[in-house]
Amino acid sequence: MGKVVVVTSGKGGVGKTTSTAALGAALAQTGKRVALVDFDVGLRNLDLIMGAERRVVFDLVNVTQGVAKLSQALIRDKRVDTLFLLPASQTRDKDALTEEGVAEVIGALREKFDYVFCDSPAGIERGAQLAMRHADEAVIVTNPEVSSVRDSDRIIGLLDSRTLKAERGETVNKHVLVTRFDAARAARGEMLSINDVLEILSTPLLGIIPENQGVLRASNVGSPVTLSEPTNAAARAYLDAAKRLEGEDLPVVLPFHRQGLFDRLFGRRAA
Amino acid sequence: MNNIAPFKNTRSAPVTGKQIRFNARSFVAFALAPEAPLSEWFDGLDQWTENSPGFFAGRPVVLNLNHITLDTEEIIDLVDGLADRGIRVCAIEANGIDDLGLDLPPLLTGARTIAIEEKQPERRQPASTPANAPANTNQQAETARATRANTLIIETPIRSGQSIFHPHGDVIVLGSVGSGSEIIAGGSVHIYGTLRGRAFAGVMGNPDARIFCRKNEAELLAVDGWYRTADDMEPSSRGGAIQAYLDNEVIWVSALG
Repeated sequence: MGKVVVVTSGKGGVGKTTSTAALGAALAQTGKRVALVDFDVGLRNLDLIMGAERRVVFDLVNVTQGVAKLSQALIRDKRVDTLFLLPASQTRDKDALTEEGVAEVIGALREKFDYVFCDSPAGIERGAQLAMRHADEAVIVTNPEVSSVRDSDRIIGLLDSRTLKAERGETVNKHVLVTRFDAARAARGEMLSINDVLEILSTPLLGIIPENQGVLRASNVGSPVTLSEPTNAAARAYLDAAKRLEGEDLPVVLPFHRQGLFDRLFGRRAA
Repeated sequence: MNNIAPFKNTRSAPVTGKQIRFNARSFVAFALAPEAPLSEWFDGLDQWTENSPGFFAGRPVVLNLNHITLDTEEIIDLVDGLADRGIRVCAIEANGIDDLGLDLPPLLTGARTIAIEEKQPERRQPASTPANAPANTNQQAETARATRANTLIIETPIRSGQSIFHPHGDVIVLGSVGSGSEIIAGGSVHIYGTLRGRAFAGVMGNPDARIFCRKNEAELLAVDGWYRTADDMEPSSRGGAIQAYLDNEVIWVSALG
């Protein structure tokens, strides 16, 4: 039986889809069988980030409605052969998903894969709640800024009340993944510190992904950053995060900010 | 000090069969005080119960007739009128009336006024999750337990968007209270983590309730309907351990320890 991991955040644009692709690809590279499920029906992106947009025939909605078989809709990655994608439908909306349909698809995926990553849509409505419904673990993607952290806090509240595990009296294993961390801005006090984020969310840290141009480059060429630029700082942070998700006890290193001569001469400027 | 003669143990013949126990107990009841003219008073009552349906359901009600003069016929009409509205009168308090007859509830004397917000030993405990609270407090109801003193203890952090409603008694939160969440308590609110959301104490009309927290980052503090927003707080009261209390209809926020 595989693990179902929801990647969620509440707020949009913080890096849910990028993180889903990067973590899933990192785990698949170690030989794990990984399925990535795009729950953002109507605004699908995961197919683009994975570079599979030209191979989509059937989607999640087709499978939940019985129009297509799961094996027909799953797209195998061309780079890593244990990595699969179940795309969302772009022409439908979130009401097209039924709770029973999702339960059936997740149940079937759980049988076949070691990890099932559910890429949640932004928001706290039906779509996001269906994505987290069957989760065993949750990766809460957060940017180090107040609005993102508050939305993540809200999502953690939902993970503790609206998931099947919560309703059975168990708890979803939650991890915070801080993305777009800018060491220079954090040093100037222009961003929340990692400690602030963790104190507010009181949830263990999965990793800190530094702000990095490589992530954007990877998205544009349709490849998870962990596959296209594995030596890049962000990719290494994702690879470490994937190991922690596997249960490995790796220390989290705060991204280092090299202070330039100019900064040293003129000192820090507090925001 | 006067000497008090010690009680003597008096022995009587052993009682055979079932013993009958009597002891004195005190109960809390609501006293309704009708005013003349009664038709207008009933209109007012109807309006009031329309706004708070079910308020009298299952509650002991005593009729206080000390400030109105009625004859027995009128009292019977009054009790019937209340019964039609689902209010059962269990006793009547009336100075100057010695006997009401067997058709009416018994007379009571020696009433004392008490503050009902603090101690209601005979009232039924409200459910941990009232029907009008948002559904996502269900989870809190599971992890929290209402102790016998009617205190709600919550051991998990309160997340943004959650609302804890505990109309009778204190609320104690061991974790933090997130920005965009709220704690609403009939009694006092105690928060051992950081308060980043909103806290309401004494919401059922208790000006003596207070709010305590280890670290004050609150969006709003309210006691008995009087409130203070983050903007109105002195910067010195932010970030530290504080208590908030009401004095002369002004909320004071002072440092603790």
